[in-house]
Amino acid sequence: MSLIEIKNLHATVDGKAILKGIDLTINAGEVHAIMGPNGAGKSTLSYVLAGREGYEITEGSVTFDGQDLLSMEIEERAAAGLFLAFQYPVEIPGVSNTTFLKEALNAVRKTRGETPLDAMQFLKLIRAKAKDLSMTDDMIKRAVNVGFSGGEKKRNEALQMAVLQPKLAILDETDSGLDIDALKIVAEGVNKLRGPERGMLVITHYQRLLDYIVPDVVHVLANGRIVKSGGKELALELEANGYAQFGVTEAA
Amino acid sequence: MRDEQNQTAKNFVEQVVALAPALAGPRGEGLERFAKAGLPSTRVEAWKFTNLRGLDKLTLGPAPDAATVTVDAIPTALDAPGPRLVFVAGQYRADLSRVGALPEGVVLAASTGDATPVAGEGPFRALNSALSSQGAALRVAAGVKLASPVELVFIAATTGDKAALWNPRITIDIADGAEATVVEHHAGANAGTYVSNIVADVTVGVAARLHHYKLQAEGLDAWHLANISTHLARDAVYDTFVLNLGARLSRHEARQVLDGTGIAARVSGAYAISGNQVSDITTLIDHAKPHCTSREVVKGVIDGSARAVFQGKIIVRPDAQKTDGYQLNRALLLSDQAEINSKPELEIYADDVKCSHGATAGELDEDQMFYLRARGIPRDAARVLLIGAFLDEALDEIIDETVRAYFRARAEAWMGAR
Repeated sequence: MSLIEIKNLHATVDGKAILKGIDLTINAGEVHAIMGPNGAGKSTLSYVLAGREGYEITEGSVTFDGQDLLSMEIEERAAAGLFLAFQYPVEIPGVSNTTFLKEALNAVRKTRGETPLDAMQFLKLIRAKAKDLSMTDDMIKRAVNVGFSGGEKKRNEALQMAVLQPKLAILDETDSGLDIDALKIVAEGVNKLRGPERGMLVITHYQRLLDYIVPDVVHVLANGRIVKSGGKELALELEANGYAQFGVTEAA
Repeated sequence: MRDEQNQTAKNFVEQVVALAPALAGPRGEGLERFAKAGLPSTRVEAWKFTNLRGLDKLTLGPAPDAATVTVDAIPTALDAPGPRLVFVAGQYRADLSRVGALPEGVVLAASTGDATPVAGEGPFRALNSALSSQGAALRVAAGVKLASPVELVFIAATTGDKAALWNPRITIDIADGAEATVVEHHAGANAGTYVSNIVADVTVGVAARLHHYKLQAEGLDAWHLANISTHLARDAVYDTFVLNLGARLSRHEARQVLDGTGIAARVSGAYAISGNQVSDITTLIDHAKPHCTSREVVKGVIDGSARAVFQGKIIVRPDAQKTDGYQLNRALLLSDQAEINSKPELEIYADDVKCSHGATAGELDEDQMFYLRARGIPRDAARVLLIGAFLDEALDEIIDETVRAYFRARAEAWMGAR
């Protein structure tokens, strides 16, 4: 069964068309990658799916796990199992990572009709998940992303994903700002979540990340449309030949 | 327009004079001075942002007899209430108070209007000096450390539809080397319209310590006017914090004179207001002697068409070399109509000092809201998290942990009610 079905999705920002008819279906158990040059609409697609304000949907539909995604509030989408790993995770001074994760997990559990975890259960869970990502106790106690390095912020995204156990994870340029060691840790965290009931959409500019999170399907996004789809070998081809074949000239 | 109204209805000052008992001597002269000066207009620099015109629209009447008022709950910041004085509609209620078993050298008592008006007092201090008949007095003798915090509780009550006026007088005297914690509560939920005009005189002796906290949770039709004057001696530590949640209009005017070397003054506050509330925090930190530090953090949240005023003046006298002063004022605006008037004023006459100040006003961060909501946290809960984090930076200034937790809970209750 399809986990998410995007049909003819058009979106504008400040009246400017960014997405011009996206069609994409991801089934449970599949990992899809979207590659494309800067300005193709990659981040817009991830924000539109997560429900960020400031985007106008002018045409099309998105069905997520049987529900009309576009009519749902941001937090309803998250509770339904959609997770966006941010390209630039936001710093929240004064709110500890622990408080943040606990609020998030218990809000999501509440929506799913599950009982909230008490302080002890929660701490046990978060410690185990943090250990998998080589995160220290200090990192989970500190204010959300404040004073975190680029790699620590991405690991924190992976931690949130591991705690919230989404049905569909969208990774928006997760490789940006990461050195190879941090990339491996984050990719390992993501791979742990791969499973027959879960889907993933990996958005990236470079092929490098896909060496570690190997996709089942690769799509090329250019000028607001998916212009080509193929197997994982398509990523290697793009790495070798660039995006020029799709009529795109990239500024370095 | 104003003149027309005055012809048909008496203004605030005229009503106060008409209701006042016959006063002779200095008190009579004080009332006369108050009547002559009238209410300060917004043309007076110190009142530039806080308009008192609404006081003239009130119809004043006598306060109810406190003995006839049923009090359901007495607010406390403590897990187990310690010594406390309770006032209802400005009158002492011995039956609700607890003053027994205090250490030797500690006097906690209702006072009977021992104030004497002096020329040059501000208008509301003059009014209080002339009319105050009851108040609270705490005296801690030299070297005595009072472990249990003292609570001064002022509960509002009115009868009928006329506005009441009361003028409590608070005197706190912490002698050399002594230590105490005082928590003032001003509570008036559903109490109707009234004017609480409070004066507090505080002295902290050589190397003495005073933690002085105030929760202003007056009813939303109330006028809360407080005038606090604090004198600090050498090596004193003064830690004061005000939390403004209630009142139609509140003015917390606190002046502290650092009159000795080595003093540490922490003068901070927070507010959370909505509707058409006005919260005015006006402070003066007067560095009169060298080698003192002062620290002031005032933050607040403004919703609806509420308005906040912060006037923070720091004077560093020519003699006050090596002064270290810090002031921070931040406001979080939750609506388009919310407003903050911030006026930091540094008057520095010494050349070897360190003084910094900062003032900002902003809205809830959209990126932070999106991030929290994208993790499943509903909009309202996300707002509470962010507002709480914002206020914590001020509330963290409160040294006493129990009081800090209580003030935090009261602020949280305000957020939850949004």
